[in-house]
Amino acid sequence: MADEARAGPAVYKETLLAGLWRENPVFRLLLGMCPTLAVTAAVKPALTMGCCVIFVLVCSNVVVSLMRNLLKPHLRILMFTLAISTFVTIADLFLKAFVPRMSETLGPYVPLIIVNCIIICRAEACASKNGLAISIIDAVGMGVGFTLTLCVLAGVRELLSTGKIFEAQVTPDWFVPWAAMSMPVGAFVTLGLLLGLVNVLSKSRS
Amino acid sequence: MDTVTALLLAFISIVLINNLVFTKFLGICPYLGVSGRIDMAFGMGLAVTFVVTLSGTLTWLIDNLILMPMHLEVTRYVCFILVIAGAVQLVEMYVRKFFPSLYKSFGIFLPLITTNCAILGLCLFINLWEIDSLIDAVVRSFGAGIGFTMAICIMAGIRENLNLADVPACLKGAPITLITAGLLTLAFMGFAGMIR
Repeated sequence: MADEARAGPAVYKETLLAGLWRENPVFRLLLGMCPTLAVTAAVKPALTMGCCVIFVLVCSNVVVSLMRNLLKPHLRILMFTLAISTFVTIADLFLKAFVPRMSETLGPYVPLIIVNCIIICRAEACASKNGLAISIIDAVGMGVGFTLTLCVLAGVRELLSTGKIFEAQVTPDWFVPWAAMSMPVGAFVTLGLLLGLVNVLSKSRS
Repeated sequence: MDTVTALLLAFISIVLINNLVFTKFLGICPYLGVSGRIDMAFGMGLAVTFVVTLSGTLTWLIDNLILMPMHLEVTRYVCFILVIAGAVQLVEMYVRKFFPSLYKSFGIFLPLITTNCAILGLCLFINLWEIDSLIDAVVRSFGAGIGFTMAICIMAGIRENLNLADVPACLKGAPITLITAGLLTLAFMGFAGMIR
């Protein structure tokens, strides 16, 4: 608990910002690729997915952080996945009850949050070693970083594939939508080019 | 004869047309992580094929014989992940006992099959497609594994050649792999509409 005493606002801010850019889960750590590619055909499902991930990430980090002293090393991963799958079930039932159409669009990608590497990675790398406050802040930072990345990717793809953002027309009449952008190929190529762009940006900064 | 044809079509459909990697974005992490060398990729593909066949069959049985009659669908995800973790543990023990050298070369990737989205994803898709016969579920699970093996081996072959190519500095590594994967999916889109 010595870490807890030393942890001031500066550490909190540092942890929060790490998830947003320096250790951004998608661009920097290449974690959680499946949902990143699968639900980013439009901004709305991407945003819903991001919110689900934030919810599950915060809850699982809280639980793991609270039981970190009870964990046996060889049963660790199993306990993480059990905790995560419980919260994912809650999120899935919530979506089914209140936004059934969105739940249908996302389909099996909501339950697939269970095997999203971001969540297990944060449970392992942060929550199982740190106190409650740091774990929550880390979860929020990582979750928001993930959501922002999804929205950027989805924004590019939705704009190019339909000429709309948030289902509102933004491009002029002469724009011909690129149908390929809403297909798997659009997801892979856009993410590849965005990663290249991030590499260029971070190189020019340093 | 009809059942045999239907099963054959289901198999071809999941290997080529609904390939988990190319159309459903499942199993991307090992697809990008282990596809550096073709022998590793093939071994990984075989391990995944075994686990996915086993867990696809088991989860279908559990879902249809235990969860649905007892109206316990709420616990479906928890049960599925337990079955998969168990199956992976089984494979790990088996490989460690009988193929120690293979076990060493896999390293961390073997336990990580648990968190391979292709496996849980396939179990969920089998549930979603409302497949009502055991043999159909087995064939589709096996086909999904073969499809994954094929995808990861094609990718490994391309990446071995990519090492010699002159790629712009900012695209080296993951970005160019993703773009290559994108072009591959474009090629596989040619199979779309072949069946249904």
